Amino acid sequence: MEFFAHEFGNAEPQHLAAPVNTVEEKWRLLPAFLKVKGLVKQHIDSFNYFINVEIKKIMKANEKITSDADPMWYLKYLNIYVGMPDVEESFNVTRPVCPHECRLRDMTYSAPITVDIEYTRGSQRIIRNALPIGRMPIMLRSSNCVLTGKTPVEFSKLNECPLDPGGYFIVKGQEKVILIQEQLSKNRIIVEQDRKGAVGASVTSSTHEKKSRTNIIVKQGRFYLRHNTLSEDAPIAIIFKAMGVESDQEIVQMIGTEEHVMAAFAPSLEECQKTQIFTQTQALRFIGNKVRRQRMWGGPKKTKMEEARELLASTILTHVPVKEFNFRAKCIYLAVMVRRVILAQGDNKVDDRDYYGNKRLELAGQLLSLLFEDLFKKFNSELKKIADQIIPKQRAAQFDVVKHMRQDQITNGMVNAISTGNWSLKRFKMDRQGVTQVLSRLSYISALGMMTRISSQFEKTRKVSGPRSLQPSQWGMLCPSDTPEGEACGLVKNLALMTHITTDMEDTPIIKLAFNLGVEDVTLLCGEELSYPSVFLVFLNGNILGVIRDHQKLVYTFRLMRRAGFINEFVSISTNLTDRCVYISSDGGRLCRPYIIVKKGHPAVTNKHIEELSQGYRNFEDFLHEGLVEYLDVNEENDCNIALYEHMITKDTTHLEIEPFTLLGVCAGLIPYPHHNQSPRNTYQCAMGKQAMGTIGYNQRNRIDTLMYLLAYPQRPMVKTKTIELIDFEKLPAGQNATVAVMSYSGYDIEDALVLNKASLDRGFGRCLVYKNAKCTLKRYTNQTFDKVMGPMLDAATRKPIWRHSILDADGICSPGEKVENKQVLVNKSMPTVTQTPLEGSTQTGQPQYRDVPITYKGSTDSYIEKVMISSNAEDAFLIKILLRQTRRPEIGDKFSSRHGQKGVCGLIVPQEDMPFCDSGICPDIIMNPHGYPSRMTVGKLIELLAGKAGVLDGRFHYGTAFGGSKVKDVCEDLIRYGYHYQGKDYVTSGITGEPLEAYIYFGPVYYQKLKHMVLDKMHARARGPRAVLTRQPTEGRSRDGGLRLGEMERDCLIGYGASMLLLERLMISSDAFEVDVCGQCGLLGYSAWCHYCRSSCHVSSLRIPYACKLLFQELQSMNIVPRLKLSRYNE
Amino acid sequence: IYITLRPEKERYSKMAAPMRNVDEIRNRVILGEFGVKNVHSTDFPGNYPEYDDTWNQKKFQKNFRIDIIQMDENSMEFDMVGIDAAIANAFRRILLAEVPTMAVEKVFIYNNTSIIQDEILAHRLGLIPIKADPRLFEYRNADDEEGTEIDTIQLQLKVKCTRNPRASKDSSDPSELYINHMVYSRDMKWVPIGNQADVFGEAGIAPVHGDILLAQLRPGQELDIVMHCVKGIGKDHAKFSPVATASYRLLPEITLLQPVKGEMAERLKRCFSPGVIELESIEGTPVAKVVNSRLDTCSREVLRHDDLKNLVKLGRVRDHFIFSVESTGILAPDILVSEAIKVLMAKCRKFLNELDSVEME
Repeated sequence: MEFFAHEFGNAEPQHLAAPVNTVEEKWRLLPAFLKVKGLVKQHIDSFNYFINVEIKKIMKANEKITSDADPMWYLKYLNIYVGMPDVEESFNVTRPVCPHECRLRDMTYSAPITVDIEYTRGSQRIIRNALPIGRMPIMLRSSNCVLTGKTPVEFSKLNECPLDPGGYFIVKGQEKVILIQEQLSKNRIIVEQDRKGAVGASVTSSTHEKKSRTNIIVKQGRFYLRHNTLSEDAPIAIIFKAMGVESDQEIVQMIGTEEHVMAAFAPSLEECQKTQIFTQTQALRFIGNKVRRQRMWGGPKKTKMEEARELLASTILTHVPVKEFNFRAKCIYLAVMVRRVILAQGDNKVDDRDYYGNKRLELAGQLLSLLFEDLFKKFNSELKKIADQIIPKQRAAQFDVVKHMRQDQITNGMVNAISTGNWSLKRFKMDRQGVTQVLSRLSYISALGMMTRISSQFEKTRKVSGPRSLQPSQWGMLCPSDTPEGEACGLVKNLALMTHITTDMEDTPIIKLAFNLGVEDVTLLCGEELSYPSVFLVFLNGNILGVIRDHQKLVYTFRLMRRAGFINEFVSISTNLTDRCVYISSDGGRLCRPYIIVKKGHPAVTNKHIEELSQGYRNFEDFLHEGLVEYLDVNEENDCNIALYEHMITKDTTHLEIEPFTLLGVCAGLIPYPHHNQSPRNTYQCAMGKQAMGTIGYNQRNRIDTLMYLLAYPQRPMVKTKTIELIDFEKLPAGQNATVAVMSYSGYDIEDALVLNKASLDRGFGRCLVYKNAKCTLKRYTNQTFDKVMGPMLDAATRKPIWRHSILDADGICSPGEKVENKQVLVNKSMPTVTQTPLEGSTQTGQPQYRDVPITYKGSTDSYIEKVMISSNAEDAFLIKILLRQTRRPEIGDKFSSRHGQKGVCGLIVPQEDMPFCDSGICPDIIMNPHGYPSRMTVGKLIELLAGKAGVLDGRFHYGTAFGGSKVKDVCEDLIRYGYHYQGKDYVTSGITGEPLEAYIYFGPVYYQKLKHMVLDKMHARARGPRAVLTRQPTEGRSRDGGLRLGEMERDCLIGYGASMLLLERLMISSDAFEVDVCGQCGLLGYSAWCHYCRSSCHVSSLRIPYACKLLFQELQSMNIVPRLKLSRYNE
Repeated sequence: IYITLRPEKERYSKMAAPMRNVDEIRNRVILGEFGVKNVHSTDFPGNYPEYDDTWNQKKFQKNFRIDIIQMDENSMEFDMVGIDAAIANAFRRILLAEVPTMAVEKVFIYNNTSIIQDEILAHRLGLIPIKADPRLFEYRNADDEEGTEIDTIQLQLKVKCTRNPRASKDSSDPSELYINHMVYSRDMKWVPIGNQADVFGEAGIAPVHGDILLAQLRPGQELDIVMHCVKGIGKDHAKFSPVATASYRLLPEITLLQPVKGEMAERLKRCFSPGVIELESIEGTPVAKVVNSRLDTCSREVLRHDDLKNLVKLGRVRDHFIFSVESTGILAPDILVSEAIKVLMAKCRKFLNELDSVEME
């Protein structure tokens, strides 16, 4: 009872007197925040940015196509747009389409991409507007989706659920999510140790054109530059010289003039000296010899020196701009890298790769823009190729490029990438699999949970704990609980409730501002300033901007400007005192979250503001614009002093947390009192909450999914959390409040099994509906034949449809409401036997022959037909979808779980009269064994029961919000008030004997989820059945009606026991016994009592061996190994 | 069986001189802080040397009584005193599971274009209590598809939702816009079979409650359903159970071991349900007195007070069962109890017959 004592606390009176000026209800900022940002908004924001801004930039970067054949010919893109989603009805007639239609008709929810172009035809210059070049799948709820800005009523008219988060695509009728991808940040210097302990610095630089990785490594005290375009590591001093810094003094000045730095760098200079390279030309020649030759077709031949210079300018450290071979900025960057390595060598201050400030999240928009740019470039190069081919050929009609612009390349490229999840980009040599996943619609939570999922690029097989473990910097950004178990543990993460992911933004105004605030341009400096102790380097998105003397002032003014709204709220600025740097970031993919600003020890947000917020006079944006709340990214968070609660504010505090429970994500937010649970339990619940059946959305009955589980009577939980309210889980719940008695009963409750009350099941507890679909298309073939649906076949005698066709309507499709049994036909489809165009000369028979290809129902239990949909798909083929329904009542073996990672299967169903009952006559719905508690330590469940009980008595819902919620003390008071024991333990009478139980029983409501794993889908047994063709052994797996394998370990047991006959029976007779004829003389297999080798039948005897054994012998023979069987009489 | 009604006061007049230890073990269940003591009845013959526990009809008749405390059309509370827990429990179990009622068993769905699935609708229909006296019906054979007047009640549900032509244009209230958009149990109409109309009269059979929502419809949707109600018992399915619940508790008994005065008395009073303990003023100081321990809910709150917990004894009278029967409304609770008794008697008779027949063999 420790926890009760803990909860009640021995609070002293002065402690209870709350500080005068607290902002109560500051959690109200949360719903306001979620309206504008958060959860799936980042997907939508990022996609919006892509189709409205980024796509234009991509077009600008690739705007002109010229031909080698005709210097006069060109094509120039003037503008590019993404339209509203539509569907082509017939040739050139389109009509707007809504997402649900796409889902039902297996189409892609996409919009045309149109361009304005200017090009030449002959000598004419022509401008064409709104020319389609392909189709772009549209993210639901993005700016171009038909759903944006609609009211709930309009949503229902479009068959769409207003609570559905959007943020996914519909491709070929499937809902696909582009998962958030986690990556190491681009263009940032990372100093790290390699496996041998040597320190090195690396930068992955990336621009629109190129992506490359540059390393600075140390070998025997000397610095080298490693890059995969160089065949071997190049001494750093030579690189400096190749970039025009010829004097050793200048190099040293840039790197640093401290004693130990110079000492560390000296060997590198010495090496350069030894190689006798003093000038830029010499250095370039040296590097030119080491460049890996890329096969370049066409283009003027370059000298090795030119090639080296080109390489240094554009490929090494691509992100540092080099204009007209002015390498100044790049030299300084390189010098800073070297300096970092030298400084890190001394006291091992290496960077942490797993630190979230060094991570960037790639969202749908960024991934699609990479893909689109690739496709667009391919499209353009194709056009160029066509132009090169056709222009030289003189023709009657002049070359008109518009006729050669084919839409399908871009369309198919996008659709295939999203539907398969294979992101392969030639440009970046990127080939990623599993980028997209089918949106799991098992429950509302599983769909929502998927939208916040982050997958890491890290290999799953490597056993490194670093990337998997919880990082302190992910506090508040990523959910600490929600990660899968097993191989992906810690690599797949989920966003916390208030996290926002930034999108890219323009950096020119920031540069301008920085210079105005006293940053001195780096290119104007001699280089020695970089290492002055009083001077701080200023970085913008990884590039060195300049130096600043008073960095505090810079940071302060910068933040002031941001709070005043002069610069974007997502620009972050932070100082790194160890590196003596100021980092300004405006790039996309940073994690950030809002905080209340604290000024002079007082939070800027006051009760008045909150009041105005709840009255609707204010929204979240107003809080931002007035400088009451601001976004901090991980780096800036590190630079601030954030108070968790208001009473923790000191004079140094800069920010105040809005609500601590927002550090959890969507799935963990469902758990009541998670702060009382052992942490793995919360993780288990996060995984199980996604398997709980309940409701999917308001449009669930209009959907025809391959598999859908619904609960007949879902309930909202008695003990809810703030998160539950925020994400509308109450409107789409997945579970039921069960009255639970924690006691031992009948012995069928060991190992977490549950005992269920039969009367509860009779009354609808845990009753669920399982929907499955059957689909068929009626295709047209090239030889003018097509699939047909035939009416039911009639029995000759009775003139009634045969049993298999008994549920068919006259049109050959089953009718709604009918009961289907195993092997009955749903659609009586037949297909022409010949579907290919007949060869020239072969005679055309009049009537095509048809063969039956019926769609039959397969299932161990009967289903009912819910509805039949007849439509056409994108290829204009008939599409018939049939929705099948089963209603299931819980049975022994079905899986249930509470919200605390406590799963269990039903072990026994007990009639109500045998159930124990309490004084008020209540019988439990579920009996749970108390042994489930001590080892799991799910104290949260105990409190949930208590709060639930008090809530039931009081007629209200209690809160179990993390780090808050109803206090156990208050809850106990309620129980006492209603005449119950304060610990929730009731006097209970046994229903079997009628006498009281000796123990008081912990008794009350707990929210239980029914999980999708049901025995009906899993039960399997076989006596005889199909066998595999090759080995003649029984097939494997339930779906193939397979046998149950007596495996190696089981075999060992039988051997150990000496049950040889049983072994023989199991392993051979019941499996793949086979009669073979073996020749006793040669030991080879014969056939029909004749040995082919000996050409005799004298010594052939017949014996039984496993077929697999015979197969092995033959396979060995086929590879020139002769296995011989030696036979002897057993009685000799 | 003697059922008497006694005036309220008389029943609780005798109040407690301390009991002998053995008597306490025999007659009381003790509620301790961490568990219940003396839960099992131990008064079988020969167990206690000084007591004669052989069963004897006279003694049983003298001790046994049933007092009806409260009764209305749907619920009833009565005391059953002087009987073993096993028998009392048998009545409870029979009430829950073996007293037959009529409930919808077969649902013939001719048309259901509503949103609600056929199976779920059938399940809902099954759970609706049907006001029909099950004693006037027979059990129907399992293989009987048609049913006859003696074993089947036929009900019909035929509802079609339409738009209300008189609804105002700007209304958004479904109950104004549509007609029949809510299907209630009162829409289930009884279709008499054979001579049922004569036997049961015009409005003889109908759902107990007319306001149970079955389904919601929208214009164009309709339900056309015929139901067969049959006789069954709660063991088979909870829908046949005649009671919402039937349970009992033992009569609480609170004994003050020492006089409790002053502030302690006030606290003691608050530890029990209202009305259990009253304060009496003796020489100016309030003194606690147990007035009506029956009202106590046994929250054992007093055991949390270290100074009080040794001054009281919380017990329950082992053979005093306070029954509470909540009927679903099909039959009156008192009839249910007597039906339950009849079922038990029939079982006993059957058992005796079986014994006889075994003996004959």
